[in-house]
Amino acid sequence: MEYTEIMVRYGELSTKGKNRKDFIARLGGNIRKSLRSFENVEVHPNRDRTHVVLNGTDSSKVINRLKKVFGIQNFSPMLKVEKTMEAVQKAALEMMQEQLKPGMTFKINTRRSDKDFSINTDTMNRELGGFILDHFPENDVKMKNPDITLRVEIRSNGIFLTSAVINGAGGLPVGTAGKGMMMLSGGIDSPVAGYLGMKRGVEMEMVHFFSPPYTSEQALAKAKELSGKLAAYAGSVQFIQVPFAEIQETIKENCPEGYLMTIQRRMMLRLVVELAKKRGGLAIFNGESLGQVASQTMESMLAINDVTNMPIIRPVVSMDKNEIIDIAKDIDTYDLSIMPFEDCCTIFAPPSPKTRPDLEKTRYYEQRIDVEGLLNRALAGVEITNIHAEEQFMNQDEEVFAELL
Amino acid sequence: MIYFDNSATTKVDDTVLDTYQKVSEKIWGNPSSLHAMGETSFNLLEQSRKQIADLLSVKPHEIFFTSGGTEGDNWVIKGTAMEKRAYGKHLITTSVEHPAVKNSMEQLAQLGFDITYLPVDSEGRINVQDLKDAIRPDTILVSIMAINNEIGTIQPLLEAAEVLKEYPKIHFHIDAVQGIGKGIQTAIMNDRVDFVTFSGHKFHAPRGIGFIYSREGRRIAPLLTGGGQEKNLRSGTENLPAIAGMAKALRLLLDEEDQKVAQQAAVKERIYNHVTAFEKVVPFSKLESGFAPHILCFAIKGVRGETIVHAFESHGIYISTTSACSSKKQQASSTLTAMHIDTTISTSAVRVSLDSANTLQEADEFNKVFDQLYQEFSKINKNS
Repeated sequence: MEYTEIMVRYGELSTKGKNRKDFIARLGGNIRKSLRSFENVEVHPNRDRTHVVLNGTDSSKVINRLKKVFGIQNFSPMLKVEKTMEAVQKAALEMMQEQLKPGMTFKINTRRSDKDFSINTDTMNRELGGFILDHFPENDVKMKNPDITLRVEIRSNGIFLTSAVINGAGGLPVGTAGKGMMMLSGGIDSPVAGYLGMKRGVEMEMVHFFSPPYTSEQALAKAKELSGKLAAYAGSVQFIQVPFAEIQETIKENCPEGYLMTIQRRMMLRLVVELAKKRGGLAIFNGESLGQVASQTMESMLAINDVTNMPIIRPVVSMDKNEIIDIAKDIDTYDLSIMPFEDCCTIFAPPSPKTRPDLEKTRYYEQRIDVEGLLNRALAGVEITNIHAEEQFMNQDEEVFAELL
Repeated sequence: MIYFDNSATTKVDDTVLDTYQKVSEKIWGNPSSLHAMGETSFNLLEQSRKQIADLLSVKPHEIFFTSGGTEGDNWVIKGTAMEKRAYGKHLITTSVEHPAVKNSMEQLAQLGFDITYLPVDSEGRINVQDLKDAIRPDTILVSIMAINNEIGTIQPLLEAAEVLKEYPKIHFHIDAVQGIGKGIQTAIMNDRVDFVTFSGHKFHAPRGIGFIYSREGRRIAPLLTGGGQEKNLRSGTENLPAIAGMAKALRLLLDEEDQKVAQQAAVKERIYNHVTAFEKVVPFSKLESGFAPHILCFAIKGVRGETIVHAFESHGIYISTTSACSSKKQQASSTLTAMHIDTTISTSAVRVSLDSANTLQEADEFNKVFDQLYQEFSKINKNS
């Protein structure tokens, strides 16, 4: 079936009062961004719906992209036909041949905004319903909860038919909640936390700590590729890589084993806070889940959180690992996340980190290192990359291989 | 030379061989190695897997590489038996399967599993009602071939899938070794099938490589344990040159599949129409849609299949008795036996199996030689 346009319906933002206009504009922009690679597609955001005109573009590809745009409640692929009964019948028949299976029920639901059109809604419902019944004598019409509702919209510029409602990603348009800094390691939890933050409208910047030569280029590529997966929900994301080896070496050299992890985390947090201040971030997001590892006890959170009063949002804090994994599989980050490369959290991990670090002792041991100087040097080495949806980093040879295959 | 034995094996495509060689020379690291060489090999392995998955419209992690069709069949059948033996010991298959399926079943029977062989009709096709009747509470696997390798019958896969939708716990396996690239992909990769076996050398990839499709969420026990390759389900260092070659061969196979299928069907039709005009010829394959476009099996009464094969060979035309596997054992075709064809006729059967590279000119040449041989055979089969 070659659809001509897709009608997008909004979710929660319909209820947002005077912010509504901003929300719709932002959503329209996000839809445009996510469909940027389709040259012929036009996006027309209106008060109640956004119309995506396909102009010959493959609807299934556009649908796959739209499924990832937050702020969309659902959408319907539509077929535009000439304003004659014959054209409506022909298209309706084609759609039903594809969808109406033996035993299924259907109804016709017509809306007419073009009152000049000679056939009114009741007549259209009755006549088109009868026409379909003639061709599908095995199927019945049912008014309440039919299996298929064929919607016919009579507008001034044509008649539009649709019979499918596809669920969108829900949530709020990315960007409407402001900017957040995501601490992205490369594990399973942080991409999920990033996704959940984006779902509530946060424009997320990915902050990744890397420690060459202790961590490999592959670990960095993996974090970038994960960012590409998340970028699918926002069009593109900023990836900020922060060199962390000197800090880790210094802490390892000067602080007791049990406090290595706590102090490392405090340094990371300080760096992210600095980046947020510079870049207009309003909050910090991470993938901490309570009780999962040593750094994720409430005592640890207290000792780490001590360095800032900027809000730290932990979207997966109360989730079980299995719940997190389910989402990771849904958003296609799981397979990447489980690739076994050392990241900066696993190297220098002491055999038995303190699960209940003492705040005063943490502060005391931390005095042994030059916090200010270390932070400045790390920030001076920051590199920022703009990463597009589904951009690939793990397999640099993809095009060479494509020749072989 | 005219090669009409493509169901036995196919010639490796030149460009596939080129890929095989380049990968062997340049990308020979072990995909499991941590260093960059290993990483490059790993990436090529996964890109090959993705290409195959995309061509079949499935997910990359649903594709597992094997050494070929025999391993695939063995793995799915015995792997299901091992994995699900606690739930039941009954397996269902057809009476016309390839020995890789049949003998795996036989082996399980010796271990105490119960096997039902579905009968076939005069066209070599199972009846879906028989399948329905055979299903028991302890049934764990239904294994059906897509296209019969001896006479080309297409089994009613979609109807079987419909039946099995009511039994979601039963593993449904399709042996598609002869089925891929023959215009029935939607029936093979249907929405109920759990496992599908493929073999590379039947579509111009090298020997010793194949793959199975294994639906997400379905589990079979590994047969080959070891270093944990293929998600710990099929150990053994990956045969990367052959895998990359196979990914390419599959792409080439499915490119313009409709046209290629039509080409093979046209060649088959030309031979079929010619040979069936002769009195002593008994065709087992038909031209209708329930038969594969590339397999034509027929007998010449009173002449042993072997004799016919060698007679054609002396004219540079390569065909086979019903299957390459059984041809040296001097047995009657198991498919024809299952169809209750008398052995005096089934031992006279030969198989012509085509490929998209075969032409109508070759068909004409075959027909010309056929006329001559038929004349010569009349000395020995006058009274048959």
